[in-house]
Amino acid sequence: MLNFMENVTQIPIADWVSTFTDILTDTFAFLFDPIKNDFGAFMEWLAELLASIPPVIVILLVVILAFFASGKRFGLAAFSLIGLLLIWNQGLWEELMFTFTLVLVASLLSIIIGVPFGILMSKSKTAEAIITPILDFMQTMPAFVYLIPAVAFFSIGMVPGIFASLIFATPPTVRFTNLGIRQVSSELVEASEAFGSTGSQKLFKVELPMAKKTIMAGINQTVMLALSMVVIASMIGAPGLGREVLSSLQRAQVGTGFVAGLGIVILAIIIDRFTQSLNSQKGDA
Amino acid sequence: MPVIEVQGLSKVFGKNNKQALKLLDQGKPKDEILKETGNTVGVNRASFEVEAGEIFVIMGLSGSGKSTLVRLINRLIEPTEGSVYIDGEDLAKMDKKNLRRVRREKLSMVFQKFALFPHRTILENAEYGLEIQGVDKEERSKRAKESLEMVGLGGYINQLPAQLSGGMQQRVGLARALANDPEVLLMDEAFSALDPLIRKEMQDELLDLQETMKKTILFITHDLDEALRIGDRIALMKDGSIVQIGTPEEILVNPANDYVEKFVEDVDRSKVLTAQHIMKRPETINIEKHGPRVALERMREEGLSSIYVTDRKRNIKGYVTADDASDARKREITDLTEILRTDVPQVGPETSMHDIFEIIHDSPVPVAVVEEGKLMGIIVRGAVISALAGETEVISEDA
Repeated sequence: MLNFMENVTQIPIADWVSTFTDILTDTFAFLFDPIKNDFGAFMEWLAELLASIPPVIVILLVVILAFFASGKRFGLAAFSLIGLLLIWNQGLWEELMFTFTLVLVASLLSIIIGVPFGILMSKSKTAEAIITPILDFMQTMPAFVYLIPAVAFFSIGMVPGIFASLIFATPPTVRFTNLGIRQVSSELVEASEAFGSTGSQKLFKVELPMAKKTIMAGINQTVMLALSMVVIASMIGAPGLGREVLSSLQRAQVGTGFVAGLGIVILAIIIDRFTQSLNSQKGDA
Repeated sequence: MPVIEVQGLSKVFGKNNKQALKLLDQGKPKDEILKETGNTVGVNRASFEVEAGEIFVIMGLSGSGKSTLVRLINRLIEPTEGSVYIDGEDLAKMDKKNLRRVRREKLSMVFQKFALFPHRTILENAEYGLEIQGVDKEERSKRAKESLEMVGLGGYINQLPAQLSGGMQQRVGLARALANDPEVLLMDEAFSALDPLIRKEMQDELLDLQETMKKTILFITHDLDEALRIGDRIALMKDGSIVQIGTPEEILVNPANDYVEKFVEDVDRSKVLTAQHIMKRPETINIEKHGPRVALERMREEGLSSIYVTDRKRNIKGYVTADDASDARKREITDLTEILRTDVPQVGPETSMHDIFEIIHDSPVPVAVVEEGKLMGIIVRGAVISALAGETEVISEDA
């Protein structure tokens, strides 16, 4: 009696999902293929373009930007200088550029997709009720799982990496945009309406500027998640620092693995401080 | 024609408010409706009219529905029932496009916590209403500057709101509302967040501005002193209903019910009540007919120590004291003029109680209320004190 499950047929969820994915792959091949080819080519081109710039120039640019972005303080600039020189010295410069390209493109796409959904959620209770559990699902499902359909849709390389990273990294932007807009004081929204603003005037002149700080915090989270996903995506052939970590793991080379990992940490810190200082500066202005 | 005309305006919060509306029409009170239907009555069939150039104050305690009422008027809150006519157009039944037009052209609002946009400069804040109407940059900047000039903030246009004090921020709020040149100003507890001195200053300034602007102003407040100070007429609200509408005087002198009476109990009456409210009918003697003997007799009857003397047409001549009169009788003086004192402490019927204090304080006799030389009444110290204590029965209506 206690093991009544024996008599219950197993629900074939796994089969359903596989079938569903197959159908998607077949049906949307006309969409996935050009994305895979053209977008993949674009990413290649961008990464190689970045890698072709002499590292000295890139480092110099980053250091100058860091100096001004952090409000003319030397901390971030000095860290960027030392960190990037170290990565260059370890012969990981090209990998760094690939990883950076992946993070950049994945983050931009996440923001482009995430902000409008966040706005939609903030405007409609129904949309919020539908989207919130989907976001929960996207964030709690182990990130590795996304690699499987990513490969089915886009085979291996950079594009499936971006796809997996999109699913994993977009939620914070959506959530924070929603939160930011909902937090705008109701008196300000009323003021905007009382003067006869249209919906879009209210959104662009009051709500989005007021929510900017919160949205930027969400974007910062998204960028960090994109970075972590880009490393995982090396398992499906995404190039960059992550691939170095993966191959060191496969060959049990502790030293090389550590160095590549350190490169990721340096990149993460630079990106994080950059987006944060941009935020606080704009907020104070 | 009134600029604002509100007819049977109601707001019931919550779903399925049909039932609640029905109960409302049956005259059921707010808490009973809440118990029966779960709906909260915000505003209960409010009706009033505001004439052009009038300052109409809606006052009530928190939860009385006054803030809801003002938001029903520009439809920041959708009315459940009733009409709001602005210049004859019913806002409650308007489509969104027309509603925007009316909000842009005819109604402006000033908020309790200022509601300035923190990311915009003072000038950009004042420009907001014009900006969303698509007025070009030069024109809107010119008009916004004029309006900032008017509230005395011409020198601060490039500051951010956070850099200004509360009083100055609310001036910006006022300038923003005036920049559109609206007919109607809705002011929702506009001065309540300011400290008392600044609040008084702003009230004075609003009254000064109103001298030249002649806007129609709907002013919401919970502060009775403020209402009495600036209101041409006042509507008192309780539990979503308007309990009384009247001039400040009418409300103070003839409270419609216990609630209003209780409300006005604490008011600083010295600023609102005038001599005519507290004077009583004087005992007098006629200089043409009476002598010291009659004067003394009359004073003894009434238990007075002095009595006013007039002629036949009630023109005031002076007063005599009991001591002088009894002295005169002993010396067998029969002419009243010999003992008549003419240093009469006198005030006009419109003199505020505040000013009466000083006069009555030094005066050995009751203060005479005189209009065009005629004695209208007298004020005794007891009446002043009773009126301050809020005992309305001493306020004689027939005087």
